[in-house]
Amino acid sequence: MIEVRRAGALTTVQDLGRPGYAHLGVPRSGALDPPALTLANRLVGNAPGAAALEITATGCAIRLRRAAAVAVTGAYAEVRVDGRAAQFAAPLSLPAGTTVDVGPARAGVRSYLAVGGGLAVAPVLGSRSTDTLSGLGPAPLRDGDVLPLGTPERFPAADFAPWRPPAGDLLLAVRFGPRADWFTDDARGTLLSTEYKISPMSNRVGARLSGARLGRARGGELPSEGLVLGAVQVPAAGEPLIFLADHPTTGGYPVIAVVEDVTPLAQAGPGTAVRFREVGGPVR
Amino acid sequence: MTGLRRAGPSGLLIECADGAAVESWRAELWRRREAGQLAAAEIVPGARSVLIDGLADPAATAVAIAAWPPPPAAGPASGPLVEIPVRFDGEDLPAVAELWAIPVPEAARRLCATELRVAFCGFAPGFAYLTGLPARWAVPRLDTPRARVPAGSVALAGEYAGIYPSGSPGGWRLVGRTEVTLFDLDRDPPALLAPGTRVRLVER
Repeated sequence: MIEVRRAGALTTVQDLGRPGYAHLGVPRSGALDPPALTLANRLVGNAPGAAALEITATGCAIRLRRAAAVAVTGAYAEVRVDGRAAQFAAPLSLPAGTTVDVGPARAGVRSYLAVGGGLAVAPVLGSRSTDTLSGLGPAPLRDGDVLPLGTPERFPAADFAPWRPPAGDLLLAVRFGPRADWFTDDARGTLLSTEYKISPMSNRVGARLSGARLGRARGGELPSEGLVLGAVQVPAAGEPLIFLADHPTTGGYPVIAVVEDVTPLAQAGPGTAVRFREVGGPVR
Repeated sequence: MTGLRRAGPSGLLIECADGAAVESWRAELWRRREAGQLAAAEIVPGARSVLIDGLADPAATAVAIAAWPPPPAAGPASGPLVEIPVRFDGEDLPAVAELWAIPVPEAARRLCATELRVAFCGFAPGFAYLTGLPARWAVPRLDTPRARVPAGSVALAGEYAGIYPSGSPGGWRLVGRTEVTLFDLDRDPPALLAPGTRVRLVER
C-alpha cells in the first residue's frame, strides 16, 4: 500500500489506457507521456504498462507502507526521500515507512512515479487509468488516499536512465485531413506558417492553442464522426485544439489535420510555442 | 462509400451517403475484423462515416477496401433487439407533442411504435444515438441545456433519440425515463446499446 500525503493539483493513476471501446463512447485515456511511464516502470522492474502516478505540475508526496522500489521520470522535479535529495530517473530501493516527495515540475509538466509491483487499484475495462472526461477509473488522488500495490515480479532492470529535458518550442508533424477541405487554402497555409501558444486551458482532454484563427471554406455542421488521438479540431471560434488521451470518441467540429505524435504535448506547459510541419500526401 | 479519407498516422475514415450505409459498413468491418481479414484497434461508426483506427498501414488498407465488393445492406431484422421499458413522463413531452401537433399520449405511442437502431455512440460511455424516427419528426435541441439530466432519461434531439446512461448536463428534450442500466462495467460489452443494436421502447 501507499498513502497519499500530498496529492497536488492533479495526480491520477495511469497505465496505457483502455483502447478498443471507442465505439461505445469510452475514451482511450492512459498516460499522456507513455515513454516516461514505461521508463519509470522499467526502472522498478514492472511490466511497461503497469499503473503508476501521473503527477501534474505541482508535485505530490506519498508514504510507502512496505519496502518498495520507486522511480520518478517525465517532467524533471526534485525528488526527496524522507527529506533528503534523491536521484531522478533512477530506481530508489526504499524501506517501509519512507516518504517520497516529488517537487513541482521544473522542466515539463507531468512526472511519473512508479512503484515496484505497480498500483493495484481495480481495473475498469482492462485499465486502471483515470479518465478525466468520462470519470471512468479511480478518482484523482486526494490527501489521505491509500492505494494498493501489486506483487513485484522482477528486480529493477536498470539502475540509471539517461534523461533529456523536454524540447522547449515544439515543431509537430501533422497530416492534413480528414476534413482539411472544410477550411480555406489560407487556413491550411496559416496552420503551417504561424506560431501558436499552448493555452492554460489545456488539460488531459486536449491541448488548446492560442493564435491565428482558421477560417472555414464551408458553413454548416459536420455530422458527428469518430476522432483519433492528435486530431486538430477547429471549433466555431476558430482557434484549434489538439486532442490528447482523454478525448471524446466522436465530435461534430471538423478536424483539419492530425498530429503524428502527441507525446511532446504531455510536457508542454502554458505558453510553449508550437509550430506545425506537414507530412504525408495529398489532402484526400 | 462516397469517400475514403486519411485520419492521422493509423486511421482511415469511410464516408457514407446515409445512416443505412454507415450501418452496412460498420457491420462489414466488424465482420471482417472478426474473421481476421482486418487488424484494427477501433472501428467507430459516426453519423455519416465509419472511422477505422490503429491500422499498421492505412494506405495499404485503403487500397484493399477500395477493392472490396460493396457491403450487403443491413437487413431490418439484423442485430440484437433490446426492449427498454419507459415511463413517458418527461418534462418536454408536451412540447414534443405540440411540435408534432398530436396529443401527448399519442406522442408516447408514436415513439413506442418506431423501431430504433443504435447508429453510433458518443458524448458519454454508453450513450447511444438512436435512429429510426422519420426526419419530419426531428425536434430542435433546447435553447438552454439543463445543468443536470438524470441517468435513464429518454430524450430527443434532431433526428435522434437517446438515453442518458449517467447524470450529466444535456440539451436534449426529455420525453421519459427508464430504470434500465445502460452502462455496466461488469457486463461484456459494458454498453447495453452498442452500434447496430435494434431498440424498442415499451410504455410502462
